[in-house]
Amino acid sequence: MSSPMNGPMDGDRYGSAGSANRWAGEPMSEPAEGPATTADPVLLIRDVTKVYGEGEATVRALRGVSLTVERGDYVAIMGASGSGKSTLMNIIGCLDVPTTGTYLLGGADVGALDEVRLARVRNRRIGFIFQSFNLIPRMSALANVELPLAYGGVRAAERRRRALAALGLVGLSDRVGHQPNELSGGQQQRVAVARALVTSPTLLLADEPTGALDSTSTKDILAIFDRLNLGGKTIVVITHEDDVAAHAKRVVRLMDGRIVDDRRQAPVDGPPPLVDDRSPTGAMSER
Amino acid sequence: MNVLEISRFAVRGLTANKMRSVLTMLGILIGVAAVILLVAVGQGSSDSIKQRIQSLGANTLTVSASFSGGFGGPAGGRGGGGGAAGPRTQARGLTLEDARAIAASGDAPSVKSVSPVVTSSSATTTYEGASHSISQVVGTYPSYFEATNKPVTSGAYFTNQDVTAVRKVVVIGKTVADELFGQVDPVGKKVNIQGAAFTVVGVLKESGSTGGQDADDIAVAPLPAVQQSLTGYGSLGSIVVQATSAEVTDVAEAEITAILDQRHDVTGNATADYRILNQASLQETVTEATGTFTVLLAAVAAISLLVGGIGITNIMLVTVTERTREIGIRKAIGAPRGAILGQFLIEATLLSLVGGLLGVGVAVAGSQFTIAGVQPVIVPQSIVLALGVSVAIGLFFGSYPANRAAKLRPIEALRFE
Repeated sequence: MSSPMNGPMDGDRYGSAGSANRWAGEPMSEPAEGPATTADPVLLIRDVTKVYGEGEATVRALRGVSLTVERGDYVAIMGASGSGKSTLMNIIGCLDVPTTGTYLLGGADVGALDEVRLARVRNRRIGFIFQSFNLIPRMSALANVELPLAYGGVRAAERRRRALAALGLVGLSDRVGHQPNELSGGQQQRVAVARALVTSPTLLLADEPTGALDSTSTKDILAIFDRLNLGGKTIVVITHEDDVAAHAKRVVRLMDGRIVDDRRQAPVDGPPPLVDDRSPTGAMSER
Repeated sequence: MNVLEISRFAVRGLTANKMRSVLTMLGILIGVAAVILLVAVGQGSSDSIKQRIQSLGANTLTVSASFSGGFGGPAGGRGGGGGAAGPRTQARGLTLEDARAIAASGDAPSVKSVSPVVTSSSATTTYEGASHSISQVVGTYPSYFEATNKPVTSGAYFTNQDVTAVRKVVVIGKTVADELFGQVDPVGKKVNIQGAAFTVVGVLKESGSTGGQDADDIAVAPLPAVQQSLTGYGSLGSIVVQATSAEVTDVAEAEITAILDQRHDVTGNATADYRILNQASLQETVTEATGTFTVLLAAVAAISLLVGGIGITNIMLVTVTERTREIGIRKAIGAPRGAILGQFLIEATLLSLVGGLLGVGVAVAGSQFTIAGVQPVIVPQSIVLALGVSVAIGLFFGSYPANRAAKLRPIEALRFE
C-alpha cells in the first residue's frame, strides 16, 4: 500500500507558486487505475452520449460529445440550463457513466471500471469543487480537507501535514479548526478547493464554483484557479458566467447536448489570460 | 482506510446527535437489562426452591401409608389398572417391623439408615409459666436427624440408648425454644408435653419456614417415648429412609418397594397400601418447572430487546435520510462503498453495544436488590448471550439502513436537499 505514484503527478508544477512543492507529487498509497503517462491527454471524450429514461420519457442529455483536454489546460464549459453541461460534468467526474462512447481519464478507460475502482479514481484523480461547497457539517476545516486522504488510506500524520499545506495554499492556515458554519461562503469554498487539491489530482473539476459567492470571494477563488493553473494544474470549470469563463484558456459551449463552440483564449502552455502575475498570492492573504 | 478510521467517523456521527443516540441506546439497554435481570430472578427463585428441598434432606425417601390407593406423586404406589384394579383386600399401616425389615434386609444395599416416625400434632407444652402448642412432635430414631438434615446448635441428639430405654428426652426446634424459654438455655430443663415430662437435650438449628409452615416449630423425641405418652402404639406415621447417596435414591426406592410389596402382599394389579416420596425426583420436577419459568421470563424480555433493535433500524433510517447529502459528498470525494457501509454499520453496532453494556451494568446493579421476594442470581451465560444478541441486533437491524446508504448514487445524493 505504499508504492510511489508516478505519472500524472509529475505534471504538477504548482509547487512553484509557493509552499506547495512539499506535498505535490507525494506518493499516494496506491497507484491509480490503469496505465497513465504524461503524454496522454488528461481527458479524452469521444462520441459520448447520455440517455435518461425510456420510451416516451427519453431524455437525450448528450448527443455525441467529443472533447480532448490537454495537460495544463484551463477549460470552461458553458451552456444554458438543459444544455447537458451538468451531465457532462457528472461523466467527467466519474459520478456517472456514459450511455455510449468512450471516456479516457489520463489514458485509462473509465467506462470499464467497476464501482470500487470508480470510487478510487474519484479519490485519486479528480478534485471536486461544488457550487454549494459541500463541506461536511460539524467537521473542522482540517478534518474536511483530510477526508479524501483518509479514504485514500494515507496515514494520520501524513494526512495532517498535507491537509495543512493545502489549507495554507488557499490562505486559510488560521482557520483550520473552524467548522463550516463558522466560515464565510468564500472561506468555505476555499476549504473545498483545499480538499480538492489535497490528493494532488490529475484534474480539478469545478461545478459553478462561484455561483454562491459574492464578487470579492469570486475574485479570490478565480485567482486561486489562475494560480493553480499557472502551476500546471489542469482545470475544468462548468459555468454559465462569462466573467468566470474569461479566466479560462479555452471556452467550450454546449447546447442541446452538443458542442456548438470551442474557442481558445490562450495557449495551453502559456499563463491563463487574466492571471495577476504581479501578486500571485496577494488576493488570498489579505482576507 | 482502516476500521479504526471508519469507527472514528461512526463515533462522530453518533455524537453529532447525542440525544437521539442516547434514546436509541435506551431501548437496547432496557432489553438487555430485562433479559439478564429476569433470568437472574428465575435462577434466584429456582436456587431458593432447590435449597429448601435440599434442607429437607436430599437423598431421603419417605414411606408413608396410603389408604386412598392413590397413584399420585412421582413415586406413587405401584400397580396399574386404575379403577379396574382389584379391591384392596386389606390396607395395612406401616409397622416398626416394616422399618426393621428394610433396615435389616440384605436386599436393600442402597439404604443407609431407616428411621420409623410417628407424629403428634398440636401438642400443648409448658415450661414453668410459659405455654406453647408445638405443631409437630416427632417420635423417631437418632438417624432421623441426619436423614432429614436437622443439626443441633446447642446440646446434643438423643441416642439409641435413649430409645431403647424409653427415656423421655426431647430435641426442640428454634421456635419452641424461643416460645418457651426466651433467653434461657433450654438444655437440661424439663418441659411438660401433653402431661408428660420431657428433658430437653438439644436445640435444632434454625431452618426457616417452608411455605407458610414453620419448620422450626417442632420437637423430636425417641420413638417409644412419644408412643407411650402421646400417640399410643399404633402404626407408624411414616418411615424415613436415607439412601447411601443422592444418585442411588431411585435404586433404594426400588429395593424398598420390593421388600414392602412382599411384606404387604401387594401382587399383580393390586394397589399398594403405601407410597414412597422421593426427594430427588421431586427436586427434578421442581427444577424442570422453574426452568420453564425462567425461559418464559427470558422470552418476554427478549421481546423488549427486539423492540429496541427495531428502534435502531428506525433511527438509522432517519440518520441515513438526513445525511444523504453527506453520503453523496463522501462518495464524490472517493469513499468506497465499503467505507460508507462500515460507517453506518459501526454506528448501529455501537448504539447496541454501548446500550448493551449499560444494560449489563443496570442488571448487575439491579440484582443487588431483592425483587418480588427473590434474591436474583446473575447467570454469566445470560450476560454473554444478551450482549452477543444486542451486538447481533445492531448488525442485523443496522445492515438495512447501512446498505441503503452505501447504495446511494452520488449524483442523486448530492442533489438531495
